[in-house]
Amino acid sequence: MTALHDDAPDVAPVLGLDGLSVDFRLGGEWVPAVKGVSFGVRPGEILAVVGESGSGKSVSTMAVLGLLPPNTRRSGGIRLAERDLLRATVAEMLAVRGREVAMIFQEPMTALNPVYTVGEQIVEAIRCHQRVTKAAARKRAVELLTLVNMPEPEVRADSYPHQLSGGQRQRAMIAMAISGDPKVLIADEPTTALDVTVQAEILDLLRDLRHRLGSAIVVITHDMGVVADLADRVVVMREGEVVEEADVHTLFASPRHDYTRRLLDAVPHLGRTRTGAGRRPERAAARDSPADPGGGAADRDTTLVLDDVVLEYPGRLGRRGYRAVHGVSLDIERGEILGLVGESGSGKSTIGRAVVGLLRPVSGSIGVCGLGGRLNRAQRLRLSRTVAMVFQDPASSLNPRASIGDSIAEPFRLHRVLSGAPLTTRVGELLESVELPASWRDRYPHELSGGQRQRVGIARAIALEPELLIADEPTSALDVSVQARVLDLFLDLQQRLGFSALFISHDLAVVETLADRIAVLRDGRLVELGKREQVLHAPKEDYTRDLIAAAPVPDPVEQRRRRTARAGTDEV
Amino acid sequence: MSGFLVRRLGLALVQLVVVASLIFLLVRLIPGDAARAVAGEIATKEQVAAIRAEMGLDRPVWGQFLDFWAGLLRGDLGTSLISGREVMLDLPPRVANSLELVLIALALAVLIGVPLGRWAALRADRAGDHLVTGAGILGISLPVFVLGTLLLLVFSLWLPILPPERFVTIGQDPAAHLRALVLPVVTLTAASTAVIARMTRSSMLETLSADYVRTARSKGLAETLVVRRHALRTALIPVVSITGVELATLIGSTVLVETIFGWPGMSSFLMNAVGSRDYPVIQAVVLSTATIVIAVNFAADLVIRALDPRTEAV
Repeated sequence: MTALHDDAPDVAPVLGLDGLSVDFRLGGEWVPAVKGVSFGVRPGEILAVVGESGSGKSVSTMAVLGLLPPNTRRSGGIRLAERDLLRATVAEMLAVRGREVAMIFQEPMTALNPVYTVGEQIVEAIRCHQRVTKAAARKRAVELLTLVNMPEPEVRADSYPHQLSGGQRQRAMIAMAISGDPKVLIADEPTTALDVTVQAEILDLLRDLRHRLGSAIVVITHDMGVVADLADRVVVMREGEVVEEADVHTLFASPRHDYTRRLLDAVPHLGRTRTGAGRRPERAAARDSPADPGGGAADRDTTLVLDDVVLEYPGRLGRRGYRAVHGVSLDIERGEILGLVGESGSGKSTIGRAVVGLLRPVSGSIGVCGLGGRLNRAQRLRLSRTVAMVFQDPASSLNPRASIGDSIAEPFRLHRVLSGAPLTTRVGELLESVELPASWRDRYPHELSGGQRQRVGIARAIALEPELLIADEPTSALDVSVQARVLDLFLDLQQRLGFSALFISHDLAVVETLADRIAVLRDGRLVELGKREQVLHAPKEDYTRDLIAAAPVPDPVEQRRRRTARAGTDEV
Repeated sequence: MSGFLVRRLGLALVQLVVVASLIFLLVRLIPGDAARAVAGEIATKEQVAAIRAEMGLDRPVWGQFLDFWAGLLRGDLGTSLISGREVMLDLPPRVANSLELVLIALALAVLIGVPLGRWAALRADRAGDHLVTGAGILGISLPVFVLGTLLLLVFSLWLPILPPERFVTIGQDPAAHLRALVLPVVTLTAASTAVIARMTRSSMLETLSADYVRTARSKGLAETLVVRRHALRTALIPVVSITGVELATLIGSTVLVETIFGWPGMSSFLMNAVGSRDYPVIQAVVLSTATIVIAVNFAADLVIRALDPRTEAV
């Protein structure tokens, strides 16, 4: 152990991994996923285990309760108080699970059983370990829901998971996890699936529970902001090994390991220019007024004009549709990047879909380079050359049975622009422009990493040199270090090719690195639209301020100050 | 739930009306002339015309259509053109005999298929699983007429455990009736059991690796309860819808099975009627099978709704 907990340096860890290794059986061979990892968590301490995908952070903690798939083997030791869980019998493990060590999972929508009410699921957890009547367990379940600040706990106990919001679902999950008064809570990416404002509430709740229950909490996360906000101590993992373990302040202030330093550098930090990477300089032409109605967008050089656009998803037969966007007006100038920010359900992706023509506005108009209104076939074809889209998840937006060269060549074939040898050359050039070797054109998506796949997605989008690029959360499925490189690439390409872009994201820090102007959406309405500096540093609207305040920054000192400030305003 | 019930019931009624109307039209598209068939080959043109008028076939189609619906609403399915007997006199016992076969076969398919599929899923890729999967492929690919003939050959002829008997109703001789029931039911149920077992197996394999099953394990719930309460219940949702579909297949198969085993169900009734273009009988038989299929799928949707609170619309 290197860094010790401030308050209780001598307290023995309640849960400790002792040279734990986990191997996966893949294709007849044992492949190591975790290689001799050791760390421990003390009572009342919050330990963060951070790392990028494939670091083994989830596998090593999932191994504690023996929740790994059957094609795995564990060796080493897992100590819970005096016992070694690796050598525990099935019955002993059942008594440990939920009672001494409980888990909170990432995606509460799939982690809760959809066919039982949350109350039933909490009652089940209680009755696993305590001999109580159903009525008593139900009463306790409502108490637990009250404890986790579930609104109307009596009513919500009878709700099914799909009837709750994401934050409420996670509260129910936490209520279930603490039902057995566990000594250790393991939370696997507990806020990754949530909006920032909801994330802030759940992080507050976890912090509060630590004080009230005195449990040790292990938080597995990839988000340095969450680490800075919550953790006392941090374990950094990479490729199945612990690279660094330190007190949270020490880690952020003076990371010792090179990998930790690079990881911290890659994290976009709201309100702070990233070092090394080129943040987009402010454009001289950037305006802070929304599309001015009187001036007429025609005489200005605009690529996209949205005028009072209302968008609806049609309802089922005989039912009202769902109105996702209520009259939004904005425009994008030639060569400008507009960041479209909002939480889930704000309508940001819906606007993206409408701009590429996948959804027709109920009223209002969308004009892309002079193309608007009802389009005939030829115009639609032209629109599909003018606008291109980069999707969120490159793993599902590339055809798994087509080579990446074919995927990139498809727009050329569709529009009969190029074929034969010139097409092959052009595909190679495009691959090189996204910093992939031209020779990779025959590879398939599954042979590529997530970041490489997203580069292919970008290459496909810029293939026909579109005027406007819609990027819908293009980096949210990527690890931070990969995200940083993809964002740099995006900026670089934008500067060379000069396309305009609508960059849709939930992450203000990401938008800050590249947007000229930022539009903030909430519940389908435009809350604020202005220059980047103005929106982020002098927001006019309360909602924008809340959004900025809720996003945790990767700096424990600043984060602590912000939290105190937030608590202060809450009391007022 | 009540809103769902009303909507689903409404849909079932619409289905019935559409199906009944289609049946009326389709039957009139069968090539050939019913009046000519009734009159016989040597009848004169005038005789045929007289018979046609008597049967109402000379009237415009929409007039016949209205008569058809008026009759339906009174519970009158018309009179056989051949025997001159009211269809409602002969049809119900035939339908009952067929339903007996089909429903018992369906119940067995569920009662055997679901536990078998569950058992195989818990042993995925081990010997027991391969045995069930292999037997399932055999059950699905063996045509009913081959299996039926084979069973008849083995159990009635070579090992006369169940010798062929005259059909008796359950009221006349329950034991003999049940004995006669065994082979046709086994023949009918084989393929459906295999389909349901396979569906249960693959559905269970999916739910067993679902996040909420991992959550249930992390609570400290014993494995048998994890499987029963969390993996099986959600896995059954697609199985219930496939069961509704299986019923239609069973009704199709029962025509062959009844012929093989001499079971006095709808099939011989239907085949005679088709041969002699006995429109009212054809309509009545097809309408009753359609009603059964619609009713069972209605029931299946109610079960799904009870299993899965997320089902909101029809």
